[in-house]
Amino acid sequence: MSKPITLLYFAWLRERIGTSEESLALPDGVATVAALVRFLAARGPGYAAAFQNRNTVRCAVNQAFADPQAPLQPGDEVAFFPPVTGG
Amino acid sequence: MARIKVQTEDFEIGAELAAMTAGRTDIGGIGCFVGLVRDNAVVGASVVAMTLEHYPGMTERAIAQIAEAAELRWALLGCTVIHRVGRLVAGDNIVLVLAAAAHRQAALDATAFLIDWLKTKAPFWKREEFSDGSGTWVEAKAADESAAARW
Repeated sequence: MSKPITLLYFAWLRERIGTSEESLALPDGVATVAALVRFLAARGPGYAAAFQNRNTVRCAVNQAFADPQAPLQPGDEVAFFPPVTGG
Repeated sequence: MARIKVQTEDFEIGAELAAMTAGRTDIGGIGCFVGLVRDNAVVGASVVAMTLEHYPGMTERAIAQIAEAAELRWALLGCTVIHRVGRLVAGDNIVLVLAAAAHRQAALDATAFLIDWLKTKAPFWKREEFSDGSGTWVEAKAADESAAARW
């Protein structure tokens, strides 16, 4: 049994999914951020709403911005959020 | 080494300037940017407050990386970034950026660079509350991306 990944959601992704954090065993065949997004989007209506427009979702893997092709490993911290609006 | 803080409480600009210059005489100028909660009134409702959410851990790392990028581009003698989080009302301070250098051009350019990159590369999100009780997440602006890209 490999280590699960930690999923974090921020801003309206958190609101639509209904949680800020969850743990997930990396599913078979999910080796990249893009594959994880496809997997999550099929999990339920909240997830589908959160990932509806992929262009408005950003990702960080282990607290560094990651693109859709970024590889995933067991134990990774993967965060999804909208484009940032600080400052 | 930049001084970086993410905090709910307000900051004291004078105290931050004093801390930056204490005990040294090599600084010739300090650039300063202060961001505030603006009542950016839209039709029928005005902004009474905003809540800033962030990604603890990544936020500090991302700001440190932005400060390191500034220190590579300009010969900075000091750098301070303080960003507030939580609920802030119109008129409140949100962010302070200070950059010290021997001469004004480096200080001013580094200050502009720091706030431009902070707006597009640090994980903060603003949710605005309107006077009619509604609220909405602020959308990222293309103008912020192009401001960050000019560096």
